[in-house]
Amino acid sequence: MKVNVGKKILKANEEYALENRHLLTKQKKLCLNMISSPGSGKTTILIRTINELKDKIKIGVIEGDVQTDLDAERIRATQAPVIQIETKGACHLNAAQINRALSNLPISNLDLIFIENVGNLVCPSAFELGENGKIAVLSVAEGDDKAAKYPAIFARAKVLLINKLDLLEAGAQVDFDIERVKADARKLNKGIKIFVISAKTGAGFAGWYDWLEEKVKNLRGH
Amino acid sequence: MHETMVAQNLLATISDEAIKQNAKPLSAKISCGTLNAINDDVLCFAFEAIAKGTSCEGIKLEIEHKPIQGKCKSCNERFDVVISHPYCPKCNSENFDLLPDVPLMLEEIEFETE
Repeated sequence: MKVNVGKKILKANEEYALENRHLLTKQKKLCLNMISSPGSGKTTILIRTINELKDKIKIGVIEGDVQTDLDAERIRATQAPVIQIETKGACHLNAAQINRALSNLPISNLDLIFIENVGNLVCPSAFELGENGKIAVLSVAEGDDKAAKYPAIFARAKVLLINKLDLLEAGAQVDFDIERVKADARKLNKGIKIFVISAKTGAGFAGWYDWLEEKVKNLRGH
Repeated sequence: MHETMVAQNLLATISDEAIKQNAKPLSAKISCGTLNAINDDVLCFAFEAIAKGTSCEGIKLEIEHKPIQGKCKSCNERFDVVISHPYCPKCNSENFDLLPDVPLMLEEIEFETE
């Protein structure tokens, strides 16, 4: 006997994601989900962004890691509110974890909430968290074939941050053709905004900040 | 590796249906979009492992991958996007919008009949 079911398998996650989205929309908060491989520089990008936008945008962070609160400690040093989620082995954050984390953040005092997902270029992109957009981060040391090899995150991201430009400028022996990555990312995602940055030196951050400020202004109304 | 979580959700959904039908499930049909990045072997392995000792032990999973669709901005054609060669098959334009991916769906379950 065959029975038609037609049910979404990740319905439970989707329901939490929807609840998160409603909460964020109601409070007019921007929420961005950062996804990359481990070591691409997500935390360093966040620290610079928090410090340099301090007077303009109030930022809170939800940190996802398999183990430890090392990243949360680094964020805490900026005085920004931060919640650490230890996934204890899971390769991605889910919407229920974000739901709990949001209730522990002082959201009403914030303009922007960054979710720093578990370092992984595949799994996190399959789980909606209720965010307004995904930010993909790729560092030049990872190779310029990644947008072609891992299309899901690059196809879904609103922004791609190509990080560690300082390595290229210092003449490090990394083969990384920035134009190739841009072209590969745009093949599946015409609207993606791409900023080439160095979280170490601060190069290229102006465009990223303009993008963030515009998004926050649109939500906040000023 | 996110297949483990997918397998857990799948097991819960099939178990619910089995209770509703009061019958033993034999196989299940699943569909998923390209960008869900589901590896069949990994999902089947994870499902087999967590279904052990439940009413879903030993059921066969059939996974259908649905290509993601694009809509050409030049000629309005809707088409299945070939990720490695993303061009409109009608006018060969590379200027297209990617349409939302098909979510992971449990389409059908076959139950044992007495």
